Formats: sequence, C-alpha cells, structure tokens
Amino acid sequence: MNNTQQNETNEMADNKILVIKNLDKNFGSTQVLKNIDITIDEGDFLVLVGPSGCGKSTLLNCIAGLEEITSGEIIIDNLDMTSVAPKDRNIAMVFQSYALYPTMNVEKNITFGMKVRGESVQAQQAALKNVSDVLQIGDLLKRKPAQLSGGQRQRVAMGRALVRNPRLFLFDEPLSNLDAKLRVEMRAEIKKLHQKLQTSIVYVTHDQTEAMNLATKLAVMKGGVLQQLGAPQEIYDKPNSIFVAGFIGSPAMNLIKGVAFKNQDELFFRTQLNGETIQISIDHYESEQKIVEGQDITLGIRPEYITGMKPVDIEEKMIISVMLNPVLIETNGFDKHVNLEFGDGEIGGRFTPQEQIIYGQPVLTYMDFSNISLFDSQTEKRL
Amino acid sequence: MSSWLQKHISKIVIAPSFAIILVFVYGFIGWTVYISFTKTKLLPKYTLIGTHQYEKLFSTPRWYVALENLFVFSGLFILIAIVIGLLLAILLDQKIRTEGFLRTIFLYPMAISFIVTGTAWKWILNPQNGIEAVVRSWGFESFRFDWLINSDMAIYTVVIAAVWQASGFVMALFLAGLRSVDQEIIKAAMVDGIPTSRIYSGIIIPSLAPIFLSAVIVLAHLSIKAFDLVVSLTGGGPGYSTDLPATFMYTMAFSRGNVGQAAASAVVMLTIVVAVIVPYLYSEMRSRHD
Amino acid sequence: MTNHVLAGTAQSQLKSRFWHKAARFSLYAILGIFALFYIMPLFVMVITSLKSLDEIHQGGLLSLPENITFEPWKVAWSSACAGVSCVGLKGYFLNSMVMVVPAVFISTLIGAINGYALMHWKFKGSEIIFALLLFGCFIPFQIVLLPMAILLGKIKLSGSFSGLIMVHAVYGIPFTTMFFRNYYMTIPTELVKAAKIDGAGFFRIFYSIFLPLSPPIIVVTIIWEFTNIWNDFLFGISFSEPGTQPITVALNNIVNSTTGVKEYNVDMAAAIIAALPTLLVYIVAGKYFIRGLSAGSVKG
Repeated sequence: MNNTQQNETNEMADNKILVIKNLDKNFGSTQVLKNIDITIDEGDFLVLVGPSGCGKSTLLNCIAGLEEITSGEIIIDNLDMTSVAPKDRNIAMVFQSYALYPTMNVEKNITFGMKVRGESVQAQQAALKNVSDVLQIGDLLKRKPAQLSGGQRQRVAMGRALVRNPRLFLFDEPLSNLDAKLRVEMRAEIKKLHQKLQTSIVYVTHDQTEAMNLATKLAVMKGGVLQQLGAPQEIYDKPNSIFVAGFIGSPAMNLIKGVAFKNQDELFFRTQLNGETIQISIDHYESEQKIVEGQDITLGIRPEYITGMKPVDIEEKMIISVMLNPVLIETNGFDKHVNLEFGDGEIGGRFTPQEQIIYGQPVLTYMDFSNISLFDSQTEKRL
Repeated sequence: MSSWLQKHISKIVIAPSFAIILVFVYGFIGWTVYISFTKTKLLPKYTLIGTHQYEKLFSTPRWYVALENLFVFSGLFILIAIVIGLLLAILLDQKIRTEGFLRTIFLYPMAISFIVTGTAWKWILNPQNGIEAVVRSWGFESFRFDWLINSDMAIYTVVIAAVWQASGFVMALFLAGLRSVDQEIIKAAMVDGIPTSRIYSGIIIPSLAPIFLSAVIVLAHLSIKAFDLVVSLTGGGPGYSTDLPATFMYTMAFSRGNVGQAAASAVVMLTIVVAVIVPYLYSEMRSRHD
Repeated sequence: MTNHVLAGTAQSQLKSRFWHKAARFSLYAILGIFALFYIMPLFVMVITSLKSLDEIHQGGLLSLPENITFEPWKVAWSSACAGVSCVGLKGYFLNSMVMVVPAVFISTLIGAINGYALMHWKFKGSEIIFALLLFGCFIPFQIVLLPMAILLGKIKLSGSFSGLIMVHAVYGIPFTTMFFRNYYMTIPTELVKAAKIDGAGFFRIFYSIFLPLSPPIIVVTIIWEFTNIWNDFLFGISFSEPGTQPITVALNNIVNSTTGVKEYNVDMAAAIIAALPTLLVYIVAGKYFIRGLSAGSVKG
C-alpha cells in the first residue's frame, strides 16, 4: 500500500506477523478449539479450512478479538494482543455477509472507522481516494449497499479493510455469497491484491479448492483441532491423516484398505479385489513410522494416478493393470473423471477425453502406485 | 471508554430495566401472593395464616359466578373469534379486489378501547332503543332481544362485543399465515390434481397450526384480562351476573376494601394465565433453540 | 400469492362461467355482510351522535338523522356531566395526552437500548433476563394493582400524572424490549463485529448503525404503546384522581352517570372522541399497527 511498509517488509522478512500459542476456547462446557498452535510470517496467506463446525471461524474471531479465548496467547506483530480490544489489534476484517453498514453510502462505510478514530477529513479523503483507486470503486462512492451488486459489495468490504492499512487482514468466507463465476474472479483478484500489496492474510473457507488456490500456508481443521499445517502442495502430497487426505483434493483421494505383508524383506501392501489378491510393493515408501507385518493399513492414491494409459518412466512393479467396470462418467472437457467398480466400493480415476469409456464395458485401467500415501487403519494417521 | 466498561456496558445498560422488572413484576407478584396468605382485610397485615383467604374466596358464590363466566366467556370468545377470523382470512385470500378496504373495516375495532366498544354495544343492545326496537319496528312485534338486561344471557353480550373487537385481528394473523405458506407445495398439489377445497383442508390449514396456537394464546390472554369491556357494557350486572375474576378482584380491592380477597383472586387469575402461557412460552423458547 | 395460484385451479374446476360467477358473487356477498356487521357499531355511533334526543326517542337505531345537529359533540367535548362535574371530555383528552406522550417516549427509548443490548451484546444470563422480561408481557395487571397502589402512596405519587406515567412506562418496557430485540435479531451480528473492529463502542454502534435502521420498529412500537396506553382503563381507574383521570375513565363516568336525562347522543359523541386518536393512527399507519399487533402476539 505504501513504500515505507514494503521496505519494512523486506527488512523483516522473517518477522512473525501472527503467533498463536496453545489456544483453547470453550463455550460453556464444550471445547470448540483445542490447543491450537499456528505461526505465520509477514506476507503469508494463511487459509483456515475445514468442514462446517470445525472451529475455523471461531479461531478467526479469536484472532480478531471478537471472541475471548479461554487460554493461550495471541501475538500479532510481536505484540501480545491476547486481551486487547479488536480496534487496537491493528487488524481489519472482511465478513461473509460483507457487513456493510446499510444506512451509510460506500464512502461513509469506508471512512467510518477513521471517523470514529477521529482522523482528519483530509486524511479520510486521501485514504478513500487511494483505496477506491486500488479497487476501482470510485464511481460507487455515493451509493448505498443495497444498490450494489454482490461483487461490488465485496469490493467495498475489502476497501473498508484496506483503508485501515492494518498489519493483518482477516477474511471470513468472503466469497461464499457470490455465484460461481464471480467467485473465481474475486478469488483471482484477492490473490493479485495480496501479491501486489504483500499483506499478511488469515482467510477462512470451507471450500478446499479456494483454500488450495489462495494459500501460501494451509491449516486444515476438524473438530476444533488443527489437523495439518503446511504449504498447500505439501498437504496435497503428504496428507498426515485419512481425514486430510479425503478433505483436500477433488475428486477425493481413493482409500483402499489392506494389510502390510513382508516377503523376503520386501514390504508389500496386500488387498483383495474380486476374490483375487493384489500385492503392491511399498518398499520405496518413505514412511515416517515403522510399518510392521500384519498391520492394518489404508493406501491412499489420488485419481490422477488411475488412468487409461500406461504411465511411462515408472518401474513396472509399481503399476498394476486391471479391467474395471465404469459406474459413473463425468466429463469436464479437458478430462474425464470416472468412478470404477473396485471390490465392494468404487475408485475414481482420470481419463483423457480421447479414451472411449462406455457404461457396461470394462475399461483397462492402470494404477500407478509410485506416488501413494499410507495410513494406519486404526489411528488413521499417516505412516 | 475503558475496556472494563466496554466489556460490561451491556450488563450496566440492562441492569436498571432488570431491577425495575424484578420489583414491579416479580416483587409485586410476590407481595400479592404473600398478602393472599395473611388475614389482611382493608390494610395489609403481614402475619401468615395459611389458606384462609382462598377458603373464603371459594366459598363466595359471586366468585363462582365470576369463574364460570370466565370459562363460558373465554371458551365462546376464543372459538367464535377463531372461526370467524379463519373464515374471513380464507375468503379474503380469494383474490378479492377490495381486499385492502375490507381488511381495514374488519380490523378497525382492534384500534379502539374496550370502553368505547362497551359503550357502543350497550347502546345497540339495549332493548328500548336498540336492535330489539329496530326489529319490532319492522313489524315483528313479539321479537325479544333483551340479553343485556337478562342475567342468564348478559354474559353472551360480552362475547358478542369481544368477538366484534378481536376477530378482525385473528383474521389478520391467519391472512399473514396463508400468505406465507410455501407456494411450491401448493403448486405441487395442483399438479397432482388436488381440488382447491382439499388443498385448504389438507395442506394449508394444517400448516397454520402455530397461528392457531398463538391466536388461542392471545385471545385467552385478552379474555382473562377483560375488565374494561364488562365494566362499560354491563357494569358486571344485572346484579353480579356478568362478573369476571378481573371485575371481582377490582370490586374487592377498591369498592369493598377487602384487600385480602382481592389479592387471593388476583393470584388465582395469575395462576390461570401461567397455566396457559408458560407451557407456550417454554415450547417457543425450546423450538427456537433447536 | 396463495390466491393467485388457487384462483387458477378454481377456474379450471368450475365447469361453466355461470357457476364461477355465482361463486364469486356469494363470496362478495358473504364478505359484504361481515363488513356491515363490523361497520354497524361505528355507523350507529356516528348517526346517533348527530341526532337530537327527541329524534332518538322516536326510535330508529339505524335511520339516518333527519336534522343533523352537532350540539351533542359540543356537549361531549365541553359540558357533559360525569356525576356532578359537568366539564365534558376536553380536560380528560388533555390528561390522556399528558400521560401518553412521556410514557410512550420513555418506554420506547428504554426498549430500544434493551433490545439492542440483549440481542447484540449478549452476556451470561442475558437470555434468562430476556425471558424474565418477556413474562411481564403476559401477567394480568390485577396481580400488581394492590402493591402498586401502596407504593404510589408511599412515594407520594398517588393520583398524580407522574405516577400514571411511571406505571405505563414500566409495564410497557417488556413489550418495547421484545419488539426491538426481535427486530434487531434480523440485523446481522457481523455488522456489530465490523463496527467493533472499526473502533466503535456500544453507544456509537447503537447511534450510528442501529438507530438509522430502526424507524420501522420505532413506528410500530410507538403506535403499539400509544394505542395501549390511550385505551387503558384499569390503571387509569385505579391510580388516578378526578383531576388526572384519562379519557377512558371520564367516558365511562359520563356514560354511566345516573343524574339527569340520559343523553345517548352525547354518549356516542364522547365515545367517538375517545376513540378518534387511535382510529386516526390506525387509518394513517395501519400497516405498522397490524405489524405491532402481530409482533405483540406472536412472540418470535
């Protein structure tokens, strides 16, 4: 937003903009957030993602100071903000419903905070000009929120946040009230804005695609517990639990149950398919925990490794070819997502548009096991 | 504003109202209940003597008349007002061109005071100059309509006036309910070929169940409190034939100077209200939490 | 709309245009008869108030006045007798105004702040407090008459305007609080959060954001309170003295005055005068009136 701040950013590249330590939050006797630890650097785009009721919005409200926390610490820009009022936390927030003040026009909506803080009219106007240029909302300034479209409201809501020039931006599902097309556009715009202004953002969404697209750092939550924190690609490639594996990625990762099995010091995954035993070598798998023979394990394989064409440059023993019956064919244009009968269940694969797939005709399917995840079936944790 | 103040400001703002309600509603109820267990006559005495006041109250014939009247009056009033209100709402729901005008006419009595209503109907129902005289002047010389001065029938004149006053309001409730019925359900029923009368009886009216409930509650509540109407229409008479608990209580308190009996009768009134309202409020609160 | 959809089926099911017309005709006929029933008392009051006593004694409750006279209105306004005092309704009309205006103002103001606090600044126990407040809407006021009379005596407000204003304002608070709370329920809490982050406090948010959104509910509340207090009889008759009686009490006294000749025309004129302010409100702002009635009954 201004040069001084960008310089600061560069100088303090390793500045921890937000540190959450051992955060607990109870509503009465229900624990909604359990022992949350998250740290992000200046310029990070942290996305909190999870199914509804996972506590992600509550966590955001706690960071904003709109909810009191039961125990733990919240440090924003090296200042302990645990029990500081929202207005003094040097943050700004964009809400799902935009929360524009209905009786004020766009200009007043954006400058309301400055007015409350008693800043001069000149300062208000200068900031307003700056923000309306960045967001291209100059011709909307005299309109009331009711006269704006969804996308315009979204921009104004961001304008109200930008004008504060805060150290940390908070977004609470800001795109979920927009239609699909606009959502993609605004998503891109938020991303560009982040690139351009090098701001630090905490962003809540339940949409894993949005989360993957936007995040530089992703926090997957479930039941008030942080499941995994890391770069989006890292989480996609190495989900640390069956839950994360199923939640991140669409179509979801295929999960196949089986047992670990040792043959001449080589480790195999063994499962049954239509009365036949399938064995896949998992010796190459870099496990974090020791896998013992006879252990119940779940093998995760992403749909892009289940295809109709034999993968090249992959060791032969990593590939299995089977004839599978298609039960659902979804065409995207650029590829086909096909669900195939697999034992009692189904697995999803990706096929090229050129491949002829017809209901009732089994398809020759190649399963490439060079890139898999393994989980303990009992603990559901990554092995 | 300091953060402590900001944190507790809501409580501080609510506190005076809460204190007022605590005293003027709960404190006063407590006082009245307490007094009803003392031997208070004209001036409050604070020595508890048990249920003496209630025993006396329930051995007073006039109190039984008042209670009986309450049940007759409220039963008929609620029933008739709901039937008329629902009927009018359904009729008005048939794309009536003058709907706005008719609605205004059906509802205006709700804006005026029971005292005015009583005054008007007292004039209309009085045998010398009212409806009886009008019908006789049309040639029906033997027509009799003297309910107002007939102690067996006078309570029904209270019902007539009360229905006149409140049924338009019931209509407004039902009309709003009819308008908020999910149109897709009705369309679905029409596609299924269900006749209009069955759509009303089978789909629309059952979906108005919550409105029936709140109409009953409001009307019951009105009838327990009905005091002004009886005072202005019949004055409780002839004799005390149209007494209600409300007028009985007032008479005891301010004409007879029997505060103890007044307190006991007021407590019985409150008990009846609580018996009706509390389950309703409780279910409302619960349904909102679910 | 229901009628829109249903009219379609009705049409398709009625085989001939004749039966359709007959049905529509009877529909209008029934509604017309009901309309006559509802309008009749007002009609009777008006024509009676314009007749001379002689004409009234000739009978004809429903017949239009032959010689219109406004004398009964003048008498009702300035010289009708209640017992021995013959001063008409004029003074009592003013009494009612003097009571209604401050009572409505106070209870509406308190209700607005309460509703805002209870809805958007919840604290432990705030729901219970609201439930306890709500119960105040339902109590039969007979239960508080006696202690109130004693309290008013103790604080030297018996029979005074201040006493009556206090009584009306106090028992209006449960209603006004409920009105505002339920209305504010429709305003998203995110607005409060956004304003908190913008640095606004409790009163600033109320003043800058909630109050500008409140005119509809303020109108509803004022109409509801005005109608209730204007039409009140129980508190009026219990806690006023001759100089402070509200119009409903005076009307009842005039009508039931047993001295002299019974002047029905004056009674009717007086009744209309007493009803006029609330009728006027109803006609001018019927929409808000109905909304208040429904809100006051269907607790949300």
